[in-house]
Amino acid sequence: MITRLSAQIVKELLSYLRDPRSRLTLVAPPLVQLLVFSFAATLEVENVELAVLDQDNGYWSHEMIQQLEAASFVSGIRFVQSPDQLTALIDRRDVLAALRFPQDFSRDVARGRPAAAQAVIDGRRAYAGQVTLAYLNQVAANVGAGIHAGTTVPPAAVRHWFNPNLVYQWFIVPSLSGLLAMLIALIVTGLSIARERELGTFDQLLVSPARPIEIIIGKTVPALIIGTLLASVMISAGIFLFRIPFTGSIFWLLAAVMLFILSMVGIGLVISSICQTQQQAILGVFSIAVPVVLLSGFVTPVENMSEFLQLVARVNPLTYYLEIVRGSFLKSLPPSEVLENAWPMALIALVTLSSAIVIVKRKLQ
Amino acid sequence: MSSKPATAGFSARRLSALVRKESLQVVRDPSAMLIAFALPVLLLFLFAYAVSLDVKGVRLGVVLESDTAAAQSLAAAFAATRYFEILPARDRREVAPRLVASEIRGFVVIPQDFERRLRSRTEPLIQVVTDGSQPNTANFVAGYAEGVVSSWLVARGGARNAGVMPLRIEPRFWFNPEIETRRFLIPGAIAIVMTMIGTMLTALVVAREWERGTMEAVMSTPAGIVEILAGKLAPYFGLGIVATLGCALISILLFDVPLRGSWAALLLLSCSFLVPALGQGLLISTLARNQFVAAQIALLSGFLPALLLSGFIFEIDSMPAIIRVVTYIIPARHFVSSLQTVFLAGNVWSVFLPSILAMLAIGSVFLGITARKSRKSLDT
Repeated sequence: MITRLSAQIVKELLSYLRDPRSRLTLVAPPLVQLLVFSFAATLEVENVELAVLDQDNGYWSHEMIQQLEAASFVSGIRFVQSPDQLTALIDRRDVLAALRFPQDFSRDVARGRPAAAQAVIDGRRAYAGQVTLAYLNQVAANVGAGIHAGTTVPPAAVRHWFNPNLVYQWFIVPSLSGLLAMLIALIVTGLSIARERELGTFDQLLVSPARPIEIIIGKTVPALIIGTLLASVMISAGIFLFRIPFTGSIFWLLAAVMLFILSMVGIGLVISSICQTQQQAILGVFSIAVPVVLLSGFVTPVENMSEFLQLVARVNPLTYYLEIVRGSFLKSLPPSEVLENAWPMALIALVTLSSAIVIVKRKLQ
Repeated sequence: MSSKPATAGFSARRLSALVRKESLQVVRDPSAMLIAFALPVLLLFLFAYAVSLDVKGVRLGVVLESDTAAAQSLAAAFAATRYFEILPARDRREVAPRLVASEIRGFVVIPQDFERRLRSRTEPLIQVVTDGSQPNTANFVAGYAEGVVSSWLVARGGARNAGVMPLRIEPRFWFNPEIETRRFLIPGAIAIVMTMIGTMLTALVVAREWERGTMEAVMSTPAGIVEILAGKLAPYFGLGIVATLGCALISILLFDVPLRGSWAALLLLSCSFLVPALGQGLLISTLARNQFVAAQIALLSGFLPALLLSGFIFEIDSMPAIIRVVTYIIPARHFVSSLQTVFLAGNVWSVFLPSILAMLAIGSVFLGITARKSRKSLDT
């Protein structure tokens, strides 16, 4: 039985790696994507284009503009002469925000009255707009501090643990390792049985002495190897290429990677064993992959979601894996915490893989 | 007879027959109908409810080391905001492990000498510690915690100490005064959904035909390559338009997204977007000729770039220069900004026209390569 099983595993592995096109699509795109997305997926706000309508032309408006020109989040300031021009720039999305200094702005400051500059912000980009507004407020506070020199002690001393400078890549690269390896594992297994069924080779498999459990193991092991290798390469890229501090245990992380891939392989095999054609299988993979990505906290935090969706996120293997991989990189996650997040993945893997065996067995009869 | 007629000109009758054949094939294929109608609705709901940048209910530890009335009242101020869900504690050693376990996103420490700090105002009043492994939430926690302390100071009548800001910024959010992130995420989500339908569906269906050899059968007929490709695309184009309009209706009726531009502009934009989306799918299937590889490429070159590089969530202006250039060849990027504009701002043709031209240009490149690759394969 062992030789039969290993022959099956080798055969499955070869079916992915023999064809140069599929070999290439397994390895190249995820790595390219890791590089591109790790730079692209940022919720930081930088390179903001601003417009300024200075109807004041006084000391304090010039002071603010100077500070804005020097601010790191601003890439350029466009000066306009009329409210119409300002409107046009916002409409065309040329600028994210526009500041208007009213005529008596500096006079108000000089008289000790609170002075207000108006900020018009593009609500189509409300998120970046809110962050920009916070920056603008900071600049205003700084300039204002120059007016009343003296008591400007910040109300709170802030420290960011694990990532003192809040580098966004430290967050996104570990997460991408899980996401991209998961997509590959899901597609590889999701299509495997369905393809054999479509091509008719599944019937041959059924008349062979292989038992359902062997068929499932034969399909699981190659996908597990490919997925784990890919995730390991990306984790290494995080450590050596992106120089993200790795503070946890590599051993526990690798164990978690394998459990995570195993749970996704289980989901993929269930889809595949139900579907009759590859097209149905892809549809199935897709209907699973998108919610898994969206409900994992990869794009936006789980706690922002409604309570029902938070419950759904708890049966999502990616949620747990992200917790482990981020923790292993930055938080020196203790093994007890790794286990805490690992057992749900193990449970999902167990349930899905055994369901796949049952379904295949049923088709056998 | 097999390769020569490829250049035999264009026949409207032949084309309409091909379109009819392909349309019947699509309508009879339940999985294609499922992708075109059920999947968009499912995805739109997911994007609407699962993707939210509105932070609320962030779990925050409040370590009260001082027992004075002032300290208690500041702790109560933290408990009162809807942005935080409070976990009270007496010792920072209680909450630190919870930060590691991600059970809380940060904690504030109201120190033993809080009363003294409040009187002298030469040091920060409290300490805020955040979970930097989630940079975005960390920023939020820091900002709002400072906000809570400042407004608590003001409310306490210590306004002079807190310092009334002599310079203020009066913000006005155009197009979206309530600053609901859903309003700008949903139009973007339509673009993602359409990318998946346009690119995935065509990639898969045509790859299946290559796999089964029915593509060669069509190619051996007198129909020219342009007619064949047009015939293949027409039904999916129709499906795509219907699905887009369906998504738009759902957004307006269920998710309260206003449509300030015109339906005509929306229709024109959708048509322009479907050219590169379908073209990409066709190109993938022609290059891959196998459903497995086609699905893989469609997912990695269609869905993920549309999700991450289109400006749907992640601001393009904040990306490094090279990647900003790359985003221009992603059709969804042009569609996302136009959709946000047509829904929230109105008919701004100076936004639409460059986008439409860009989308059509990308589409022609995809279709051109496809036509070349398909012709070659007939000769060999």
